[in-house]
Amino acid sequence: MKWQMGRLFPKRVFGRRRARPVGEQSSLEARKLRFRFGNTVILDDVDLRLSPGRIVGVIGPNGAGKSTLVKLLSRVLVPENGQISLDGHDLTAWHPMELARVLTVVPQAPELPPGFTSWEIALMGRTPFLGWMGKESETDRVITQQAMVETGTWHLASRRVSQLSGGERQRVVIARALAQEPRVLLLDEPTAYLDINHQIETMMLVTQLVAERKLAGLVIFHDLNLASRYCDELILLQSGRILARGRPSEVLTPALIGQAYGADVTVIQHPANRLPVVLPL
Amino acid sequence: MSAYKNNEHKIEGIDKTLPAALAKPGPRRYWLWRRRGHVLLVAFARGGWVALLAVAWGSFSIPPWTIVKILWRRISGNPGVTTWPASWETVILQIRLPRAILAALVGAALSQTGAVYQGLFRNPLADPYLIGISSGAGLGATIAIAFGLLFGWGSLGAVSVLAFLGALVATALVYCLSRIGGRTSVVTLLLAGVALGAFFTAIQTFLMLRSNDAFHTVHIVGWLMGSFNLSSWAKVQLLAPVLAAGTAIMCAYGHRLNVLQLDEEQAQQLGVPVERTRLVLIVVASLVTATAVAVSGIIGFVGLIVPHAVRLVWGPDHRFLLPMSALIGAGFMVVVDGVARTLLSPAEIPVGVLTAFFGAPFFLYLLRQKKQQLFR
Repeated sequence: MKWQMGRLFPKRVFGRRRARPVGEQSSLEARKLRFRFGNTVILDDVDLRLSPGRIVGVIGPNGAGKSTLVKLLSRVLVPENGQISLDGHDLTAWHPMELARVLTVVPQAPELPPGFTSWEIALMGRTPFLGWMGKESETDRVITQQAMVETGTWHLASRRVSQLSGGERQRVVIARALAQEPRVLLLDEPTAYLDINHQIETMMLVTQLVAERKLAGLVIFHDLNLASRYCDELILLQSGRILARGRPSEVLTPALIGQAYGADVTVIQHPANRLPVVLPL
Repeated sequence: MSAYKNNEHKIEGIDKTLPAALAKPGPRRYWLWRRRGHVLLVAFARGGWVALLAVAWGSFSIPPWTIVKILWRRISGNPGVTTWPASWETVILQIRLPRAILAALVGAALSQTGAVYQGLFRNPLADPYLIGISSGAGLGATIAIAFGLLFGWGSLGAVSVLAFLGALVATALVYCLSRIGGRTSVVTLLLAGVALGAFFTAIQTFLMLRSNDAFHTVHIVGWLMGSFNLSSWAKVQLLAPVLAAGTAIMCAYGHRLNVLQLDEEQAQQLGVPVERTRLVLIVVASLVTATAVAVSGIIGFVGLIVPHAVRLVWGPDHRFLLPMSALIGAGFMVVVDGVARTLLSPAEIPVGVLTAFFGAPFFLYLLRQKKQQLFR
């Protein structure tokens, strides 16, 4: 297993121009990914493509490899086999700073240093755009303010992180991700600790941003009904392999869910939007 | 560098003036305190004033204005009429001034590296000696004293040189031992530092007990507690450039230290090169600390307490914390050294004893005042 973090100097492509973002949209493509931890195979033969303006949802039981997939796509881990390319360039050819300007990850339950205020945490999202000394300009502050207003955390701006609830912290992290102005957005269970109103608000915000700014989104869900409502494409992972992929109505069937999760469920149609709703039997 | 133009953000409806709610938490008694640059300037000026008073104070007091006149006469080279005895000039220029400057430099070095280590390891108990500096320096000094080595380098004796080398060798060993699979986790660094420290201390104690001359043991223990007794302009000239360069580099890493307070993965995903930042900061901090230890011995408590005090008052932003810790640490050390050489005059109290004696109650007072939780 190789950790990308261990490199003192990131691998550069000599003799070719360094990978840089071109245009306003980016797409991420992964082919035949395989990853092992020790002797255990975590992911095997995974293909996926994130296109601008679409949200891809990843669902699966615990231990299926969903978080590992996000780590591979954000270059925290290096795959054993397979290729990941962002905007046509191999992921390892990107300088970490350039990569951070294009790709953003909202991790699951991140730990935040308690001494900082929410404003300072959200402002850290501008790090890839700041110089060496980290001096923020007025544009950086305005963008961060906008991100905090959109996630409904502006009133928490001067409160320290230690005084926030779990859901408020989650929303501050999402504000930080938005301040980073990503083109590819990877979210690892963003609605884990949120009340239902905040769950809906967050997913509506993500959907709106993906549509407006043409982001390429990947969201990992535990809640199958949220996945059904907010994703354009669903990927069902089981034990590191893709069991099914397609539209929510194709993937969320009692047979497939029974095979993946080992649970007896029934699937009905949502009365308003005709999307599948999964209910336990 | 933003991919979106300003008007795409629809910022007309948003109030661009950030409200007072976002002002930095901290003392708001004077309008001057709201700008951090002003705070640093004021701290620098006050530090200079404190240093002047410390030089004036001593076994016999010299009026501060006379000190200024002596310095001015020396700098301008004006052989005018002197209204003070020549012995005063010697005392000021050869003994007290280099001593005060060296104390300020060592205090600044230790406080700043303490703040850097606390940020790197995300641990409130980190101090500059965390990964092997004190045990390596102690072992080096013990070897020099126990075997009666007499070589020197410039104006530094064998003790200083071997202490410096021992500190660097110990830190390099700790770093190399904890580099597993291309990355160094903070927990591994800490544990390796503890293990190697115990090993070196064992050898050091063995050498101390085995040496036939009891004076050696006293000498070693005295050196281990730190002292500015042997200050000289040569030592100042040695430490000042190292400290200046090290301070500049460490302060430039202030923003990255802020981002490193998050998870390693989050910092990596925000574009900060985690391993490279850690290596550079450890190398620079170790060099600065090893030089400070070589000239003055091991003075504990300053690197631990001063960053916490600054953090309790002004918050954990490292871009301000690092330079402010250096300034406060410099002033603190000058005052403590003044007390150390005056209290039981003509005997001297080791500085390390006094830093603990003064530092701990002051820190407890700050804790009670602020009633805020220590960071992490």
